[in-house]
Amino acid sequence: MTPVLLQLLQLLLVVTAAPLVTGWVRLVKARLQARRGPPLLQPYRDLYRLLQKEAIVAPSASWVFRAAPYLTFSAIWLAAMIIPTFSIDLYLIPAADLIALVALLGLARFATALAGMDIGTAFGGLGASREMLIASLAEPAMLMVTFTLSLLSGSTSPAIVAEFVLHGGIGLSVSAGLALVAMILVAIAENGRIPIDNPATHLELTMVHEAMVLEYSGRHLAMMEAAGMVRLTLYIGLIGCLFLPWGIALPGASGLELAGGLAMWAVRTLALSTALAVFETSIAKMRVFRYGDFLGGALLLGLLAAIFHYVSEAV
Amino acid sequence: MSQTLSYDVAHLIGAIVLMAGFTLLYQRRVFAVLNTFAFQAFALAAAAAWQAHVQNAPHLWATAAIALIFKAILVPLALHWLVEKLGIHRAVEPALSIAWTMIVGVALVGLSILLVLPVTANAAALTRESLALAMSVVLLGLLMMITRHNAVTQVVGFMALENGLILAAVSAKGMPLVVEISIAFSVLVAMTLFGIFFFRIRERFDTLDVNSLETWRGEGH
Repeated sequence: MTPVLLQLLQLLLVVTAAPLVTGWVRLVKARLQARRGPPLLQPYRDLYRLLQKEAIVAPSASWVFRAAPYLTFSAIWLAAMIIPTFSIDLYLIPAADLIALVALLGLARFATALAGMDIGTAFGGLGASREMLIASLAEPAMLMVTFTLSLLSGSTSPAIVAEFVLHGGIGLSVSAGLALVAMILVAIAENGRIPIDNPATHLELTMVHEAMVLEYSGRHLAMMEAAGMVRLTLYIGLIGCLFLPWGIALPGASGLELAGGLAMWAVRTLALSTALAVFETSIAKMRVFRYGDFLGGALLLGLLAAIFHYVSEAV
Repeated sequence: MSQTLSYDVAHLIGAIVLMAGFTLLYQRRVFAVLNTFAFQAFALAAAAAWQAHVQNAPHLWATAAIALIFKAILVPLALHWLVEKLGIHRAVEPALSIAWTMIVGVALVGLSILLVLPVTANAAALTRESLALAMSVVLLGLLMMITRHNAVTQVVGFMALENGLILAAVSAKGMPLVVEISIAFSVLVAMTLFGIFFFRIRERFDTLDVNSLETWRGEGH
């Protein structure tokens, strides 16, 4: 019974905390840039406001355009459910592994790109093509990281990797370090953060994600925005559970340990989102033609991580 | 302190030196290249200091100090000064595109691992990893030397190669101090010579692009 309850708790927790994480990143960025910035709870208000508004759909839009926000959001929400955040004793953990996670995120991206093209505007198509360029490089890099971790721990399930790391199975390994760097690069690209995409701009030359969702309004836009926020929380949780799982509650944990797991998850999320804000403030947006170098670098790091695993394991 | 932990930390620092080698290949501005090189030398000094601490070898502290003072501070400062003095074009012009250089770099890491594996068949897996790391740094330095037109970036490639040699030397037990000091000083001499050559090349051709030297080699034409 407990795994089901914990799963439900995580289900609600991820969605309710996601706007807070986004709000925190925006607030820290604003303060670093010497602006006062929006209040911490502004993303909740934005979502509420969008949900109240009428959804306007262009006459040329097909059902794909209307279905895409729900498909995107539910795929990402489902992906967020299979990542252990505060406890690894979740009901859905045995059902899916990291490869399924990559597939779910790919499904969400596919739906968004289709919607961008469906409406037939120039910006939608441009955003979709750029998103696919990023995805074609980021997905293999993510899979290489997955393979490295499963070589190290013997499983592709995030819960087993977390447990393995927790018991000191990996230790200070060069492979794990390289995989961590590759994973961070992929997370930055997938969430459309600064060197790749600027989430706060609508400048036609640079936008990627915003270009695809430009035609959305009302509840559709709210779903798309919420999906982006959940995705950020998901990646932060994923990096946390794979590389820094300390404090996570194990199966059969007492109530106190669960509370500790929740607190540690909050601390990790706070630390990683603050680091993201600092990183974004200290770096400039990259030209579109350099995406290949950035993500190719992530892919090569993933490859190196796997290669070095074989050196240290001995033949 | 446990044996594996000390090896793990050593390998991790070695991996940071290797990553700095890749970052060198990735940079497109001369000053960014110099800063990355200073960072690599700093990581190298940390590697030497860690080995000095673990092996309880006082002479390795000297190696760490030499790496820190000469390679992490003096050489980058001198190159900074040279670049400003000579008014060199600030963008790095790679002979091979950055993406291809990175791919070749990974292939070289694979090559160095293939080389190290049979040679160290009888050695422990731990030594093997540090040798593979050092060898990769050396090959990446070579790659940097052959894929850049500008003489300054070629010199940085040479220095990065030498960083790899020192990394290999500090991971092996019992290298005498005399060898390290002589390497360090020969690098300084090389640096001075390179500086003079920069001035000469530029005086002659008004550029530091080494391609303009080729017509003067007397090979045909």
